[in-house]
Amino acid sequence: MLQDQDRIFKNLYGLHGWQLPAARARGAWDGTKDIIARGHDAIIEEVKASGLRGRGGAGFPTGLKWSFMPKDDPRPSYLAVNADESEPGTCKDREIMRHDPHLLIEGAMLAAFAMRAHVAYIYIRGEFIAEREILEAAVAEAYEARLVGKNNLNGWDFDVYVHHGAGAYICGEETAMLESLEGKKGQPRLKPPFPANCGLYGAPTTVNNVETIASVPDIMRRGASWFAGLGKPNNTGTKLYCISGHVNEPCTVEEEMGIPLRELLEKYAGGVRGGWDNLLSVIPGGSSVPCLTAQECDDVTMDFDALKALGSGLGTAGIIVMDKSTDIIRAISRISYFYKHESCGQCTPCREGTGWMWRVLERMADGNAQRHEIDMLFEVTKQVEGHTICALGDAAAWPIQGLIKNFRHIIEERIDARATEPLSPSVPEAAE
Amino acid sequence: MSVRRLAAEQPDDFVFTPENLEWAQATVQKYPEGRQASAVIPLLWRAQVQNGGWVSEPALRYVAEMLGMAYIRVYEIVTFYTMFNLQPVGRYYVQVCGTTPCMLNGSEDLKEACRKHIGPKDTVSDDGKFSWTEVECLGACVNAPMVQINKYYYEDLTEESLGKIIERLRKGESVPPGPQDGRQGCAPKSGPNTLIDSSIYGADKSGPEPGYAGTSDSKAKMPGPY
Repeated sequence: MLQDQDRIFKNLYGLHGWQLPAARARGAWDGTKDIIARGHDAIIEEVKASGLRGRGGAGFPTGLKWSFMPKDDPRPSYLAVNADESEPGTCKDREIMRHDPHLLIEGAMLAAFAMRAHVAYIYIRGEFIAEREILEAAVAEAYEARLVGKNNLNGWDFDVYVHHGAGAYICGEETAMLESLEGKKGQPRLKPPFPANCGLYGAPTTVNNVETIASVPDIMRRGASWFAGLGKPNNTGTKLYCISGHVNEPCTVEEEMGIPLRELLEKYAGGVRGGWDNLLSVIPGGSSVPCLTAQECDDVTMDFDALKALGSGLGTAGIIVMDKSTDIIRAISRISYFYKHESCGQCTPCREGTGWMWRVLERMADGNAQRHEIDMLFEVTKQVEGHTICALGDAAAWPIQGLIKNFRHIIEERIDARATEPLSPSVPEAAE
Repeated sequence: MSVRRLAAEQPDDFVFTPENLEWAQATVQKYPEGRQASAVIPLLWRAQVQNGGWVSEPALRYVAEMLGMAYIRVYEIVTFYTMFNLQPVGRYYVQVCGTTPCMLNGSEDLKEACRKHIGPKDTVSDDGKFSWTEVECLGACVNAPMVQINKYYYEDLTEESLGKIIERLRKGESVPPGPQDGRQGCAPKSGPNTLIDSSIYGADKSGPEPGYAGTSDSKAKMPGPY
C-alpha cells in the first residue's frame, strides 16, 4: 500500500488551500531553478528513467515523447497541456486543477524547458468554469511571484496561458485540440505529420495530460529511482484512480500502478454495493475500454499491461463499477449514445456507425432484435474500428465488443424473452 | 454529432460591454501575432455570458469582425461546440449529466425532478427563470449524479435534493455548490482514508477553502452569471 509521503497529490481532497503559499509549503516550486540548471536533456533522461507513461489514456512513455521534439528548429516550440478531461468515468485532472494547480504550472514549466519551449497553453474543458478560474488565479500568482514569465527567477523565459474549449469531447484528441486552439472546429488531423514536427500553428508541439505534467516536479525532486520503485516494471509510479458507479463510497484516490482492482475497490471505495459477489462488471479505464467480467475482476491488477492482456485497457483509470442490478445493455448503449453525440462527423464510419450501433443497442436493450443481429453488430464494430482518422471510432467500438464478448448471453436471453412473450390482449389474434 | 440551428428570433445588435471589450483585447494578446482566431471560443463564450446564456446571430458577426474571421468560420464554431446555446435559456440553466456513471447512480431521477420542478426539457419555464437539458459527461463521475447550474457543479444529488435546490433558487436564495451530501470533494463520504498523515503537509497550515473548492470569488452570488 502506498504511504502518504509517497503521494504526489497531497491536496487531492481540497483539505488545504490551493494558493501559492500553501502549495509552496507542501513542496511546490521548491528548487525549480536548480532542476532547470541541470539542463534540457538531463530532465528528459530523468523522466525516461522514471518510466513515467502518459496518464491520458494511451500510456506512451513521456520522456520518449519529449525527445521527439526538434533541438534546433527556427520555429518556436509549444507545450499544450491537455486538460480537456471528458472521458466518462474520469475526474482526476479536475481535482489537480482546482486543488493543486501549482503542481501543474510548475510541471508545465519543467516540461516546456525540457523540450525548449517558451510557451505553454493549458486547454481546459469549457464546463470546468470554476476550476478554470482557480487555475487562472494560480497562474496570476505565479506571474506575480515571478516564478514564470519573462526574466523570471527560475531562469527560463516561460509564458503559460489558460485556454478553454466549449464542450467537445473530441478536443481531448491531441490534434483536434490543436485545431480547436487555432480557433477551428475540433476535427482531428491526419498523422503524420505528428505534432512534434508540425503541431500548433505549424510549429513543433507536444501534448501531455494534466496528471502526467503535474507528476514531473515530484519526479525531478525525488529522483527517477523513487518513482520507478513504485508500481510494477514498465508500469511505474503512482496513479489517480477514479472509482464511480456501484460502490459504497465512490472516490478518487492515488495509489501505486499495478494495485489489484479488488483491493482498490474494497480498501478505498467501501467495496462493491451488496458485497463482492454482487459484482456484475467493471469498466476499468474510462468508457472507451471494454468491460471486464466479475471473474476477471477477482485478480486483475490495475496497470497498462495486465489490462491489455485481458483485452481491455487502463485508459485513464476511470473505474466504473456495475453491480448485478445493472441493465448492462442499457449502460453500454448509453455509452454508445455518448460517442454518437461526440463524433466530430469527419469520417463516415464513425459519423454513421456510432448512430447505427447506438440504435441497434437500444433495440437490443428492449429485446427487440434477432439473435443473428448480435454478430452483425459485432461485425459493424470491426468495420468502424481502425477505419477512422482518430481513435474515437475505436473508442465507440470497444465497449460494444466487450459487451458482446462477455455478456452475449444476457443479450440473447432478452431477445428470447421478448420473442416468447404472450401477445398483448389488445392485439387481435385473428380477424373476427 | 448533433444538429443545431440559430434561433428564429434574433436581436438587432450585439456589442461587448466596455469591460468585456477590454478583456477581449487582452485575451487576443495571449496568441501569437496573426493567430487571433485562436481567441474565438473564449470570446464567443464571453458573448454568451453577456447575452444571458445564449449566442445571437449579431454576436457571431461581431466576434467574426473583431477577429478578422469569415462569418462562416464562426458559425461553424458555434454549431460544432455544444456549450454554445443557440436558443435562449432560463436565468438558471440546469444541465443534467446523463452519461453512464451518472446514469448508474440515478440521473434518471434528476431528470424527473427537472420535469417536475421546471417543465419539459429544453423549454424555458413560464417565469423565465429556469430551463434544463441533458448533457454528456461533465467529468465529476465520483460525485454522481450531478448537474451543472450556470457556472457551478452540484454533486451527489437525489431527486429530492435537486428539487429543493431548484425551489431555493426560484426564491432567489443562493445555494452553495459542490457535494450536497456533506462530503469533502472527491473523498469517500465517510472521510478521507488516505492523506491522513499530517506530517506530509509540513509548514502548510492552511485549511480547506471556504465555500466551494476555493472558488476564486467567494462572494459571488451562486450560481454565477446568466
